[in-house]
Amino acid sequence: MNQALCDLPAHRIVAGVKRGDFSAAEVLESTLARIEAVEGRPPGLGGEPANGIGVQAFISLTPERARAQAQAVDRALSRGEDPGPLAGVPLAVKDIFCLAGTPSTAGSRILHNFVAPYSATPAARLEGAGAVTVGKTNLDEFTFGSSNESSAFQPSPRNPWDPKRVPGGSSGGSAAALAAGMAALSLGTDTAGSIRQPAAFCGVVGLKPTYGRVSRYGLIAFASSIDCPGPMARNVTDAALMLGCIAGPDAFDATSAQLPVPDYAAGLEGDLRGLRIGLSPDYARLKFPDPASGELREQPIAAEAQAAVEQAAQALAAAGAEIIQGVPMPNTQYGVPAYFVISRVEAASNLHRYDGVKYGYRFDGEVADLLELYRKSRGRGFGPQPKLRILMGMYVSGAQYEKRYYERALRVRTLIRQDFQRAFDPAGAHRVDCLLTATTPSPAFELGAVYGDSVLMQYADLLTVPADHAGVPAISLPAGLDRSGMPLGLQLQGPDFSEALLLRVGRSFELATAEESWRSVRPPILAGVSHG
Amino acid sequence: MADYEAVIGLETHIQLNTVSKIFCGCKTDSWQDPPNTNICPVCTGLPGALPALNQVVVEKAVLLAAAVHAEQIRPRSYFARKNYFYPDLPKGYQISQYDEPLARGGFFDLPLSGGQLRRVTIPKLHVEEDAGKTLHRGDRRLIDFNRCGVPLVEMVTGPDLRSADEVAQYLIRLRQLLRWLGISDADMERGQLRCDANVSIRLAGQDRLNLKTEIKNVNSITNVRDAVQAEIERQIREVEAGRPIETWTLDWDEERQALSKMRAKETESDYRYFREPDLLPIVLDSEWQARILQALPELPLERRRRFIEQYSLPDYDAEILTEERSLSEYFEQAVGSFSGEPKTVSNWLMNDVLRLIRERGTAAGALQLTPGHLARIIEMVSSRQITASTGKDLLEQVETSGRAPEDLVKEQDLAQLSDEASLRELARGVLQSNPQQVDLYRGGKTTLLGWFVGQLMRETGGQADPQRARQVLQDLLDM
Repeated sequence: MNQALCDLPAHRIVAGVKRGDFSAAEVLESTLARIEAVEGRPPGLGGEPANGIGVQAFISLTPERARAQAQAVDRALSRGEDPGPLAGVPLAVKDIFCLAGTPSTAGSRILHNFVAPYSATPAARLEGAGAVTVGKTNLDEFTFGSSNESSAFQPSPRNPWDPKRVPGGSSGGSAAALAAGMAALSLGTDTAGSIRQPAAFCGVVGLKPTYGRVSRYGLIAFASSIDCPGPMARNVTDAALMLGCIAGPDAFDATSAQLPVPDYAAGLEGDLRGLRIGLSPDYARLKFPDPASGELREQPIAAEAQAAVEQAAQALAAAGAEIIQGVPMPNTQYGVPAYFVISRVEAASNLHRYDGVKYGYRFDGEVADLLELYRKSRGRGFGPQPKLRILMGMYVSGAQYEKRYYERALRVRTLIRQDFQRAFDPAGAHRVDCLLTATTPSPAFELGAVYGDSVLMQYADLLTVPADHAGVPAISLPAGLDRSGMPLGLQLQGPDFSEALLLRVGRSFELATAEESWRSVRPPILAGVSHG
Repeated sequence: MADYEAVIGLETHIQLNTVSKIFCGCKTDSWQDPPNTNICPVCTGLPGALPALNQVVVEKAVLLAAAVHAEQIRPRSYFARKNYFYPDLPKGYQISQYDEPLARGGFFDLPLSGGQLRRVTIPKLHVEEDAGKTLHRGDRRLIDFNRCGVPLVEMVTGPDLRSADEVAQYLIRLRQLLRWLGISDADMERGQLRCDANVSIRLAGQDRLNLKTEIKNVNSITNVRDAVQAEIERQIREVEAGRPIETWTLDWDEERQALSKMRAKETESDYRYFREPDLLPIVLDSEWQARILQALPELPLERRRRFIEQYSLPDYDAEILTEERSLSEYFEQAVGSFSGEPKTVSNWLMNDVLRLIRERGTAAGALQLTPGHLARIIEMVSSRQITASTGKDLLEQVETSGRAPEDLVKEQDLAQLSDEASLRELARGVLQSNPQQVDLYRGGKTTLLGWFVGQLMRETGGQADPQRARQVLQDLLDM
C-alpha cells in the first residue's frame, strides 16, 4: 500500500530523509495536510469543531516553527551535515511541557496566555535531534484526568477509532495525534498511567520510563515525585529511538538518574530465550468503589482485555520466553487510594505558584485587596479538577491529618515497590524479568460516561498506577481490537532501568503478530483521507 | 517593684556569600543591581522549573555548624516545602528544611563584661532559600525577585539571652564569626544578617517561660537592642499594672523609636510541610565533611585567648586584634618577621595600621603594606635608623607605592640625622636666626627649649632624633 509520508514510522522517515528519498519539508507538508484534514479544532479556549468530527488533538499548532526546523534539517543534509537521529520526524509535544516561544498552557485557563521563555529538557533534546515540532497537544487540565474531558481547551480530543469515545488521558491529545497521523512521535507524561492508558485507548505505543531516566525540567509539575516524561509512538522501534534521545542525566533536574543511556534501538531484535515473563492474578481482577454505593467491589477486567493478555503470553512463549503464572502483586489494589493522597498533596503545593500575579490568567475586575485578587484569579483560572485536587491535597497535608493520610500513603507506596522487588528478585520465588498485564481494565469509554466522577475516573488507572508508585518502567503495546473495533493495550513492567528489555519484548511481540489482520486496520477517522 | 529578668531567644537568618544562588546559576549579590535583573526560570518559579542544589551552600553551612559546635552535623538531611502565599514567594512555597535539618545541638559562648561567658544554645541550624523583596510605593507593591534563591542559613537560639545588651553582644559576635569564617558579609543594613527576637520576662530566680512577643524587621544591631529594651520595659509595665502579656508580633519603627503591633498571633500557621520531591537528600559523607572542615579556622575567642597567652598581650589588645580574622593573621605574620616584642607590633597595628585600614576601607590582608614591610619599619625605628615619625610616614608611602620600606629610606635619604656635627651646625643656625629667643632663654625662660627643639626638627625635616636634638640645643644654649 502506498502510504502518506505522515503515516510512515519515524525511523523510516529518518532513513528516507537522510537518504534523500524525500525531504523533511515534504514530510512536514504531508503532516500539515493531514492535520488540515482531520484536526478540526479551532485555536483558543472555546468553540465548536468546524466539521464536528475532528480529532481535536492540539491546543496550539506551530507550523512556522516546524517549517523552520524542517528547512534546517534539509539544509544541514545539503551541506553534508548530520541533522540528528530524528531528522525530519514530525513531533507533537504534550502541552504540559514548556517549549520556548510557544503557549504552554497545561490545558488550563490559568496558563492560557503563558508563553514559555525556555524549553523543557526532553523537548529541547528532541528538537536538537532534528525533530520537527508541529504543535502542542491537548490534555486533561494539568494532567488531572484520564479522558482529556477536563481540559479548559474545549472541545476536547476524540478517539480516532470512534469520535464518541475519549482518547484516554492525560496524554490523550498525543495518542490521538499519533493514531491519526498528525505526528510520528509525541512527548507525553505519565503520573498514574497518562502515557500508557491513552496509548492503549488509541492503539499506539507508550513507554513510561524509570523515574529519573528522563529529566522533568520544564515539565509543568503535577506530582513531582511520580511525574515521568516518556515517548509515545506508533511502533516499538520508534519509541526506542525517541527514548534514546530524551533519556540521560540533566544538571537541571536533581532527580535525574546519573546513568549512561544504552542504545535502545540497537538491542531490539534479540530473541526471548531464557526470559521469564510473569502473569499476576492481581492484575486480572480489580477492587474499586461502586459508583452508586461507594462499597468496594471486586470484578474481573474485561474478558477481551484478559484474552489479549493470554494470547500475548502464548505469542511470547512461542518466541522463546518462559511464562510464569501466579506472580502475587497483593498491594496492587491499594495503588489508587495511595496515589489519591500523595499526588494531591504534591499537586496542591505545585499549584500554589499560579496566583494570577506573575503570569497567566489574572482576574481583571475590581478587587478589594491582594487576597481577593488571588481568590478571583484562582477561582476563575482553575477548572474543577485542579480545585478538587487542591482541596483534597490541602486537607490531607494539614498538620492534624498528615500522619493519617500522607505518611500512610507513603508507606503503601513502599509496599507496592516491594511487590515488584519480590517479583523481580533474581533469588526470589518467581524471578521474572518482566510482568505482562493488560494496560487498562477496559477499552476507551464514551465521552461523558465517567467524567464528573473523579473517583471512578481515577480507577481507569488501576493497572498502570503501581509502576508509577514503584518508579519502575512500563510500556503499553497495541494488542488488537475488541469486538467493537476499539484498541486493546498490553502492558509490560520491568525492574528499574529495564527499558531496553521491555522494548525488546515489545518488538518481539510486534514481530510475532505482524501478520495479524488487526495490524492493517486504520482508525475509522482516516477513512476517506488521502493515503498519499 | 519586683525584680524581673528578661528571657530572649533569637531567630537569625544569614545570607551566605556564595557566588551563585542556592538552586540556580544566578548571581547571589544583587547589591546596587536594578530590580529583577539576576533572575531565571528557576528562582522565579516558572512553571516546570526545578531546583538544583549549589553544593557550596552546604559547605558554608557546615562550617558554621562546626563553629557553633553542633553536636550533630547530620550525614543525611532533607529539604522540605513550607507552603504559604506571599507575593514575593514566587512558587507559593519556600524550599527549606524542617524535620531533618542540617545540624542540631550547638552552642555559642558569648563573653560578657566582667569575664563571664553566656552559653547560648543553638538547637537547630538549617539551609533554605530567601524570598524576594516587596517594596511599598504608595499604594503599590513592587516585587524584586533578585533576592529569590539567595542561600540562607536559619539559626535559632534557645531562650538563653537575658538583656538587650546581651542580644546586641550576640549579634556582634555572630557577625564577627560569620565574617571570620568567610561565609557571609553579615551586614544587617543590607539584610545579610536578619534577626527576629522573642522576648518574655519573669521574676528573677524563676525558671518558667512566660508568653512571649516576637519583634520583627529590625535592621541594625542598635535597633535590635533598642527594640528589645523597649519591649522588656513595656512588658514590665504591663505586668506591674496587672495586665497579661499577649503573644503579639511587633514591628520596630526606627524613626519613632517605638514598637507597633503588627498582628496578634493566635494560632500557629500550618505550613503543610512535606519532603521536597524535586531535590535529593543532602548526603554529607565523612569524606566530604572532612574536606569541608579542613577550612575551619581557629575561632575568634580561641585565638584571642592564645594571643594573650602566647604573645603576652593585654586583653584589650587581644580583643582588638582578633576582631577580624585578617587583622589577627596580619598580626601573627608581622610578629613572625619581627625580632622584638609582640606588644610593639600590637601598638603599631592598633594605632597606625588600623587607621590606615579604615581610611582605605580595606582588610588587613589586602594591604600593600605587608606584615613583612611593617616588621621591617618597626625594626628600623627600634634600632634608631629612622625616627618614629619617619616610620609612620613610611607606612603610608609603602601602602601607596607597594615598595619595600628600606628602598624608600635609601632613595629619599630618610635615615636618621644622628651625625652630631651636622646636627650641631643646624642647631647653630636656629640660634642665630632667633637671637631674641636666645636672650630670653638665657635670661631664665628655659621653657623655651621645647620651642627650639621644634624649630630644629623642622629644619631637619623631622629626621633628627628628638632626644639628641634637645641635647645639642641645650649644650649650645647653656654654653
